[in-house]
Amino acid sequence: MANQSVVASDTLLKRNPVQRFLITFKKNWQLHLMIVLPLVYMLLFHYWPMYGLQIAFRDYSSADGITGSPWVGLAFFEKFFANNNWSRYVWNTFRISMYSLAASFPVPVILALTLHVNENKALKKIAQNVSYIPHFISTVVMVSILKQVLSPMTGFYGVLCKWLEVSPIDLFGTAEAFDHLYVWSGVWQNMGWNAIIYISALSAVSPDLHEAARIDGASRWKRVLYVDIPAILPTICIMLIMRMGHVLSVGYEKIYLMQNDLNLQVSEVISTFVFREGLSKSNFSFGAAVGLMNSVINTCMVFLVNWITNKLSDGEAGLF
Amino acid sequence: MLLAKKKTNKIIESKGDRVLTLITTLILLLLIFIVGYPVVYVVSSSFSSAVAIRSARVILFPVEFTLQGYRFVFDYDSFWIGLRNSAFYTVCGVSITMFLEIMAAYPLSKRNYQGGKGIMMIFFFTTLFAAGMIPTFIVKAVYLGMYGTVWAVLFASAIGVTDMIILRTAFRSIPGELFDAAAIDGANEFQTLVQIALPLVKATVSTLILYSAVGCWNEYFNAMIYLSNNETLQPLQLVLRNLLMAADVVDPSLVDTGMEQMRYALIVVSTVPVLVFYFVVQKYFKKGVMIGSVKG
Repeated sequence: MANQSVVASDTLLKRNPVQRFLITFKKNWQLHLMIVLPLVYMLLFHYWPMYGLQIAFRDYSSADGITGSPWVGLAFFEKFFANNNWSRYVWNTFRISMYSLAASFPVPVILALTLHVNENKALKKIAQNVSYIPHFISTVVMVSILKQVLSPMTGFYGVLCKWLEVSPIDLFGTAEAFDHLYVWSGVWQNMGWNAIIYISALSAVSPDLHEAARIDGASRWKRVLYVDIPAILPTICIMLIMRMGHVLSVGYEKIYLMQNDLNLQVSEVISTFVFREGLSKSNFSFGAAVGLMNSVINTCMVFLVNWITNKLSDGEAGLF
Repeated sequence: MLLAKKKTNKIIESKGDRVLTLITTLILLLLIFIVGYPVVYVVSSSFSSAVAIRSARVILFPVEFTLQGYRFVFDYDSFWIGLRNSAFYTVCGVSITMFLEIMAAYPLSKRNYQGGKGIMMIFFFTTLFAAGMIPTFIVKAVYLGMYGTVWAVLFASAIGVTDMIILRTAFRSIPGELFDAAAIDGANEFQTLVQIALPLVKATVSTLILYSAVGCWNEYFNAMIYLSNNETLQPLQLVLRNLLMAADVVDPSLVDTGMEQMRYALIVVSTVPVLVFYFVVQKYFKKGVMIGSVKG
């Protein structure tokens, strides 16, 4: 009976789309009102630039504007691939990003497990709080600390070398050192903070599981392997998907600060190239074209990784 | 007898477990050293004399204690301008961000909100595909006329979609009966949001305020792009960058007297406000970090 009346009102609404719209609008207008400003923000600052991406296929000049500039087709993409160094920029991006992933992904997991296993509360608390501190250091300060501490003349590194009686080298001027400096300073800065999500996942593990395993004679190490790690595996997967999707987008903010003429060979990545060539030299269309390529690859990566994860986990672990 | 009984009640740690405890303790001590030592070194150097720094005598504690570095910083006009601007950007930036994120997260948290799914897609899509630096710059600088104004920095990343989704998840965890009760009492959506929903997600909101404040305070790249023509608007991080990143010959007189000291002091002074803020909101933080599922 109740079901019938629902069906009846539904068919009535279907007959009057205007009326239906009015009814739902009346019910939701306050929520609509709330979301207007955030929506305007998204349209202005995210979707308008997406519309502006067409300048990648036009020869943009500020006089003609986005839609008034002449079409040039793929000319700027060809210009990028005509550059002898394009493969190096892609390789730098990929290499730094993969190295960064390989180094910075496992460390927080290990750290969280270590904190979970250890039962000394005071030590845990100190370790956790100390490990958060670097996360709040800004990129500018982080790079300055690196430069100061690793200075061959006045820094801690110089002191250490003097103490060990080896001659210090200028690490910031050495191309080989760039990757390691970039990656490990990142690990140093974020390992504690990135461990939080695993720590909270670990603390959500039911004590019953540990109890049962203990009764079955499992040592602490076995319980790490068969209780703790399976418990945080979904979290690990989600974090990995999110990271993998950005494998071709290295944060330009830190790299840009660490770049100098001596390491540019290995440190120029796609995003800093876009900034340097596109923005600083006002080659807007060229920069937009390179940036568009990068964005498209990134998006494809996200979908690909997500698809693979869904396949492997029967639709359980994927992001969407 | 009693002693023996006590002993049997205690869980006996096997040898393997004790080894594991030892290893984890060592790892944690190593962690404290690796993270803590550079921090201590930088702070100690900022209180040491220029000669001591240059002759590398600072190991752990300040050597030849002096406040000279801090005096240089506080006598430096750009520092005060930068500090003022950073405070402004942080306070206004956080307010704008929180306002927009709450206004987006609350309607989207309603499961029966008509059109909510579509609007959610509009937000979520931007996490998958970004227009990139150049088109954003053109729209903001040319079409919106924000070049060289504070708006370029304030609206640089006013909505973090991931943060908004965290907040939406928090709103969804509120029992629906509360909203029903508010509706029966005649509260409109705005009243419900302010008086019922927001107090219940205080922990999440303070976590997001922390994220946003740290982001605003530490931001330099947008300021560098949009405000390079206007020194009076530059935030502290940009002042720092110009001072710290420039070759040692910014000011020859400073090289002799204590450029190193000044740099260390600047590093400390610019980082302390964020850390203080973190320790203030920390008590809310533990509850708020239910980043849990980001599933759309």
